[in-house]
Amino acid sequence: MLIEVGHFALALALALSLVQAVMPVWAARSGDQALRAVATPAALGTFACILFSFGALTYAHATSDFSVQNVVENSHTMKPFLYKLSGVWGNHEGSMLLWVLILALFGALVAVARNSVPPTLRANTLAVQGLITFVFVLFIITTSNPFARVSPAPVEGNDLNPLLQDFGLAIHPPLLYVGYVGFSITFAFAIAALIDGRIDAVWARAVRPWTLTAWSFLTLGIAMGSYWAYYELGWGGWWFWDPVENASLMPWLAGTALLHSTVVMEKRDALKVWTVLLAILTFSLSLLGTFIVRSGVLTSVHSFATDPTRGIFILAILILFIGGSLTLFAWRAPMLRQGGLFAPISREGALVMNNLFLAAACATVFVGTLYPLLLESLTAEKISVGPPFFNYTFIPLAIPLLLIVPFGQTLAWKRGDVHAATQRLFAALAVALVVGLAVLAYTWGGPMMAPVGIGLGAYLVIGSALEIVSRARGYGASRTRSAGVVWRRALGLPRSAWGTAFAHAGVGIVVLGIAAQGWATEGLKTLKPGESLASGPYVATLDRVGPRMGENYSETTAFLTIRNTAGDMIGTVETGKRFYPSRKMTVTESGLLTIGVSQVYASLGEVMPEGGSIGLRLYYKPLVLLIWLGAVVMALGGAVSLTDRRMRVGAPARARAKALPAGMAAAE
Amino acid sequence: MSAAPRLVLGLLIALGAFAPSGGAWAVQPDEVLKDPAMEMRARDISAGLRCLVCQNQSIDDSDAPLAKDLRVIVRERLQAGDSNDQVQSYIVGRYGEYVLLRPVFALHTLLLWLTPLAAIGLGLFGLWRLSQRRADAAPQGLTAAEQAEIAALTRRE
Repeated sequence: MLIEVGHFALALALALSLVQAVMPVWAARSGDQALRAVATPAALGTFACILFSFGALTYAHATSDFSVQNVVENSHTMKPFLYKLSGVWGNHEGSMLLWVLILALFGALVAVARNSVPPTLRANTLAVQGLITFVFVLFIITTSNPFARVSPAPVEGNDLNPLLQDFGLAIHPPLLYVGYVGFSITFAFAIAALIDGRIDAVWARAVRPWTLTAWSFLTLGIAMGSYWAYYELGWGGWWFWDPVENASLMPWLAGTALLHSTVVMEKRDALKVWTVLLAILTFSLSLLGTFIVRSGVLTSVHSFATDPTRGIFILAILILFIGGSLTLFAWRAPMLRQGGLFAPISREGALVMNNLFLAAACATVFVGTLYPLLLESLTAEKISVGPPFFNYTFIPLAIPLLLIVPFGQTLAWKRGDVHAATQRLFAALAVALVVGLAVLAYTWGGPMMAPVGIGLGAYLVIGSALEIVSRARGYGASRTRSAGVVWRRALGLPRSAWGTAFAHAGVGIVVLGIAAQGWATEGLKTLKPGESLASGPYVATLDRVGPRMGENYSETTAFLTIRNTAGDMIGTVETGKRFYPSRKMTVTESGLLTIGVSQVYASLGEVMPEGGSIGLRLYYKPLVLLIWLGAVVMALGGAVSLTDRRMRVGAPARARAKALPAGMAAAE
Repeated sequence: MSAAPRLVLGLLIALGAFAPSGGAWAVQPDEVLKDPAMEMRARDISAGLRCLVCQNQSIDDSDAPLAKDLRVIVRERLQAGDSNDQVQSYIVGRYGEYVLLRPVFALHTLLLWLTPLAAIGLGLFGLWRLSQRRADAAPQGLTAAEQAEIAALTRRE
């Protein structure tokens, strides 16, 4: 019964989202204020309905209700409870429902957000958001219904793919989706502005918190996915330039560019047309990421036809939103007034360069991902575009981008001075050079790019710190050397300044982590109990091999002791092969030992029946955790920036009104 | 396990998540060459060759039987005295260009390889055009009439 109510709630959400989409537009034509106000309760109602619907599906999964097709296909009574919950979005239908849930959540947040968004802009934004929700709910109801029943209900389900029975599934898709879907708000704002024909600093300020939120979550989502792949894959790679990964990287690159271009628009009223285009492209890439990947078209041109209704629906959605918005852009963008002049060497100029390199990187990933597909469908020629291509093209674009990061922050708005900026960055440049050279000398004969990367990372981290310090010390007459004053002033700096520093330092930390992988080592050997295998500065000794039982799997586990080269014990690691009887699948569980921010990574290979010997692969991954910790620091920067005063422009005004005596407030 | 990766990929694609296809174990201890320098070269070559039955995995990372065959061929050719390029062209000769993870630079991949440069060039060109237009449209200072008006206003102060 609950399932049917959940299904019905979804249908109700479909109707409400249509109301949300149509009423503000109608109101704009008829001038009826009451009609325009309908958008807010409609957005809240849509969210409530989808939340209920999602709750109903979650309940079915939690209680293993095998009369529901979706539960049968993806669950099992023996499955651990956490995976019963995360299994809700571990499949196509459920993940689509999560997608629209987040979409409706963002719509509801825009409806109730108390910032100073002009009413017309808010209503139009809600209308666009409503249209997106409507189309996707329609997609779920017509082609991907998670509430379909089976009769008679089977006694047992097919279980979730063992690879997905991991904590990674519990948090990676939700984070990623909040990122993807968050950009729908900036998209809706952009479309609303185009419809309105007006865009200014107020628009940029209204959009910024949404962009920041989406970007922070997408950053975390990508990093989490990367770490999941790292420990789940069993061979220690952390980025594979896989089409699925590229699909999430593209909106991130475009979103990062958008984040920076809105700053220029907010402060200097420039780059308006470009910012609107970026807002459209970012969400278009999110859509493309979610759905081109989902349709399977990236794996093979032919798999698009496996489910024709879904495929055609997806294609129609993409054409409607991407084609429609770009057409609207081409029509309305020339009407947007340009403003804000600036010299090439200025903060704006640096941010334009940031956008140029990010856009070029995004275009490279886009073409690299889709080129084989295009070539095959046009000429029937099959080529592969893999990691070597992306490394050759992406890294040369990333390095100049990273080099200008501290410069951009140091340059003044409108007209900057390269000489002065270099002087202020002298400490960062000097330290980075010394660090790079010292590392090079110490690791002489090793990979050449790794010390360069370490220097670059150090430069970024120190440059970010320096920016805070030099701003806190002040300029000209107010310049101070007193540590106490500097500290107080630093704390008094706008949160957005801190956010920027954190985010940029985070990028530097990621670069350090990536660079250090140049020194990663790998050992490979067949071991009998008592024998050892060395990798880098660590040695693993196989203590024993034995069976172990899990909740819904049986495992052959290798127990290892890790020692350093001096023979001191550092810790123990267990790596195993898990057999899941429900799916008859075997999965390798890698064993990790974290030492500081470095890791020893063990992966079990073949288990020989005779003599208890095993194949073992042992990696030493120096500073590897910095890759993901850096991403967390970046997202933290986004969060700190979100708490900036100017994000809450409505708040001080309300506080002032309350502080005034009632009579005075009334007189105003 | 040969059917399993496909299933996994299908599911992960359905998820829109990353694609860890577990159990991948790649190079087996018995495949490793005695000569470490030659083994290093073999690994380098392998990392650039696609596993033909997997999705976006090099033969160095794949545990598919076909990938193993290719790894063994690479090592055999190296032991027979081939250079890295010779090994690569031997494999391409047998399996086609599709096997190369880094596509060749040729007419049909021109657009692909030139994308980064073209994107930067296009961007710079756009910026240049914009700055030209800005320079034309920039305010040319005050007109004589406006100067006179300001003068009149300041006199009145």
